[in-house]
Amino acid sequence: MNIVVVIKQTFDTEAKIVLKDGQIDPTGVSLVINPYDEFAIEEALRIQKKFGGEVTVVSCGGPRSQEAIRTALAMGCDKGVQIDETALESVDEYVRAEVLAKAISQMPYDIILGGRIAVDDGSSQVAVRLAEALNIPSVSSVIKLEIENNVATATREIDGGTEIIEVPLPAVITAQKGLNEPRYPTMPGIMKAKKKELKVINPADLGVSGISAKMKVQNYSLPTPRQGGKKITGEPAEAVRELARLLREEAKVL
Amino acid sequence: MSKGIWIVVEQRNAKIRKVSLELLSQGRLIANETGDPLVAVVLGQNIQDLAQEVASYGADKVILVDNEKLAEYTTGAYTSVLNKLIRKEEPNAVLIGNTAMGKDLAPRLAQRLGVGLASDCTGMERDEANFLTFKRPIYGGKAFAQVATDAKPVMATIRPNTFPLATPDTTRQAEIVNETAEIDQEDLRAILKEVVLATSARPELTEAEIIVSGGRGMKGPENFPILEALADALGGAVGASRAAVDAGWIDQKFQVGQTGKTVSPTLYIACGISGAIQHLAGMSSSKVIVAINKDPEANIFNVADYGIVGDLFEIVPLLTEEIKKLVG
Repeated sequence: MNIVVVIKQTFDTEAKIVLKDGQIDPTGVSLVINPYDEFAIEEALRIQKKFGGEVTVVSCGGPRSQEAIRTALAMGCDKGVQIDETALESVDEYVRAEVLAKAISQMPYDIILGGRIAVDDGSSQVAVRLAEALNIPSVSSVIKLEIENNVATATREIDGGTEIIEVPLPAVITAQKGLNEPRYPTMPGIMKAKKKELKVINPADLGVSGISAKMKVQNYSLPTPRQGGKKITGEPAEAVRELARLLREEAKVL
Repeated sequence: MSKGIWIVVEQRNAKIRKVSLELLSQGRLIANETGDPLVAVVLGQNIQDLAQEVASYGADKVILVDNEKLAEYTTGAYTSVLNKLIRKEEPNAVLIGNTAMGKDLAPRLAQRLGVGLASDCTGMERDEANFLTFKRPIYGGKAFAQVATDAKPVMATIRPNTFPLATPDTTRQAEIVNETAEIDQEDLRAILKEVVLATSARPELTEAEIIVSGGRGMKGPENFPILEALADALGGAVGASRAAVDAGWIDQKFQVGQTGKTVSPTLYIACGISGAIQHLAGMSSSKVIVAINKDPEANIFNVADYGIVGDLFEIVPLLTEEIKKLVG
């Protein structure tokens, strides 16, 4: 089975966000594989263990995204592809989906996995758009996946429950927390990863020049920091009565 | 010629999601400014009776697509139907709730239409140049981006609890149009086999007005019933921090934070939660935050409007009793 995993390099979730000249400042921030993409990588490796085949990691990003791809290779993926998005005029979810679709359509694939959301822009769009761009079905936010006879049975999280969806391959599956427990790269894995193929593709070579973002960011801002409020002291019973009174009379939420 | 602001109304078993009514309420205000008709688009089966309800929240026109193939949401069928309707009517804007359905439907639809999409927005404003602009949290709410597109339709998914509900006016009349469902064969490739809904009587976490959340300080799964009792007294939902989820005390679907659900309830009560940046990202847009923690230095007190330093196992049951007295 030919398995493709789409990943994104993101800021660590513990990172503090700072603006510099109106832009998000990446200085000093540690970069990681988007946590939801780790579930996708793990699932890809499990599918490969069962059915054989090759796992290819594809990422749209700048030069540093190669670190994320190497980490995925160290986890056990076979080869990596970095699409150099610094060569693109502007980037949004639409552009990334189009570029990824062009790159992936040139390789064999039976299933494509990705995280259900990236923790940086939080838009939950690219993997679903990719499925549309490739004209294949997708299932989002999957917490359980079984494959048999080229059909995937996916359990998807919905608000207040789950759905079970049967989908013929090839299809895009987006991973939700709970799908699996991602492995850590081992030392031998890290050594082996250094020798694995990592191809860098210029979007122009995919024939997607002239494509530009549909959404434009007008500005970035930081939230007004919340202020610590009243600490209610006293005996527990007394403090609780005071809290209930404040919630009702001052905050007016009860 | 004003072509309309469309609200894609989400319903299950002919019950409309609250976020859809919030979008109609806010859509009404914007439509008044732009002069566009406010159009509610409802897909489903046996949904004729919903027309009056969406009209009462401000819709000028209701498009109903009533078909057995639309009884449950599926990506393909809903995308197929909406894509054709949007291409035919060319609305100025299409707004969808950022729910499990919205998150799955909107990107697919936007890609098919070849347009941009502002996801999970917490603000929407009239804009002369771009029709609308949107404010959306990024980095789990640690920053915001103001985004816009000059193409039409302007598409966005809006986070639940962002806009207040209007008072419904049951005397309002809307034009009702029934459209046939045209579904492309290849949009029926994925088959929905089963929907399993939790039997909980509590509200859905992302839509709840009140959330009672527990963290590492809960000490074990056996203690969560005290949070449930408080949540039930308040008519709220139960949430949890990543620490509690990773310890296996509670299912991950209850997780609030950057790698869980993002919530903006009216009242968020954090019990035994230290306030890691990861957790704050998921709940700091709550209107009022209460912290109960035995550590007076816990970071959660830096964001809480009200805090009690103390033993949650003592405080929470007392609070439950107090609330029962107040509301009962």
